[in-house]
Amino acid sequence: MKPGYVRRFSRTERTLHWVNAVGFFLLLVTGLILYLPTLSADVGRRPLIKNIHFWGGIGWVSALILIAVLFDPRGILRTARELDLFEREDINWLSGRRPREQDRFNAGQKLNAALTAAFLVLFLVSGLLLWAGEQDTRFRFASTVILHDGLLYASLALLVGHLYLALIHPATRHALRGMTVGTVREDWARRHHARWDIRE
Amino acid sequence: MDELAPGSAGEPQAPRRIGRGVFLGTVAGGLSSLWWGKAAWSRVSGTISPVAGAIAPILPTQGWRIYTVAATMPVFDPATWRLRIGGLVEQPQELTYDQLRALPQASQVSVFHCVTGWTVDGVHWRGVRFKDLLAQAKPLASAGALEFVSAEKPYFDFLTLDQAMLPDVLLAWEMDGKPLLQEHGAPVRVVIPDMYGYKNVKWVEEINLVPRAGNGYWELLGYDRDAWVGRSNGYTSA
Repeated sequence: MKPGYVRRFSRTERTLHWVNAVGFFLLLVTGLILYLPTLSADVGRRPLIKNIHFWGGIGWVSALILIAVLFDPRGILRTARELDLFEREDINWLSGRRPREQDRFNAGQKLNAALTAAFLVLFLVSGLLLWAGEQDTRFRFASTVILHDGLLYASLALLVGHLYLALIHPATRHALRGMTVGTVREDWARRHHARWDIRE
Repeated sequence: MDELAPGSAGEPQAPRRIGRGVFLGTVAGGLSSLWWGKAAWSRVSGTISPVAGAIAPILPTQGWRIYTVAATMPVFDPATWRLRIGGLVEQPQELTYDQLRALPQASQVSVFHCVTGWTVDGVHWRGVRFKDLLAQAKPLASAGALEFVSAEKPYFDFLTLDQAMLPDVLLAWEMDGKPLLQEHGAPVRVVIPDMYGYKNVKWVEEINLVPRAGNGYWELLGYDRDAWVGRSNGYTSA
């Protein structure tokens, strides 16, 4: 590790993040082709795109589970516990009070993680219902397509905020380094994550 | 004050497990929307709501989504396109696009329901009623249904003559004031608002009069032949 830098994300955490990102964009692109009439008309090949979207979704979720289970299940469980716990400082951080020193994840990142994980589950369930409902009336609900579409809009809103903070906002975009090479500057870590015990 | 060491600020408090609460709450809310989502959405996007006028133009789809079964969409060439009407008729017909549009025209504004749950309200259609379309061909007394063959292979479906003669059923060539777009079935499609979209066959190129309705593309895959909106395919209300 370079002097002056501290490790923020493990290799497994980073792999999960990027597999999640690639899977999301693959499903976003194929999903938009299925969803937007002009794209549907320009691209055509609906049965093929539908297959890529369906099996891509299955592959996406399976890959995330396999990576977590095979490489570092304990580390990922520990990370999940970190994301679950909201200390008093986290509540303060969200409501603009003090003290609000943050741990390795700030409260916004914890919320983002919980919502992203929930959206993933809901995308999977509603997607499987769309697929099953096409072959069997018992799995057909009038609102499945609305849930799947609503998730698209909700996750796009989260994604826009995430990309802004990770790529554009000057104070936070250094975090991207943590998610690519794994380390961040120690002074940046102390400023943004003062409660994080960086010796760990 | 920002530089307080960890743990030095006041009374320690038990951390709260909020992350799983947000996760489980969102999953539960999302799953429950399978029961209330459509009703809530129709309320937001319904014609009564002033919000609808603001939201509708922003949504990139205008509510439509394009379902196809073949690898490519049929391409319409006005020069070579013909609509064939045959089967149990006295006079088989072969109509050009211009001949078809020279028939008595009818227009209507109706709602379009897809069996997968989405709905488009207030669609303007123009076309020909089946009574006028079939007048020249003269169906035989033994004819009881129409078979629609799509240029998109292998799509086809049926309507009984009674269903096709309902007052708001059309063979349409215009949607919302413009010639039917390719993705909506150019040049002509069936419009039967009381039935789900899969009975509204797109890219119609052949109509055969047959003794009775059979199973079309989706019916062979288990969908209902009489696809009444809200009364078929497992639905008990629209």
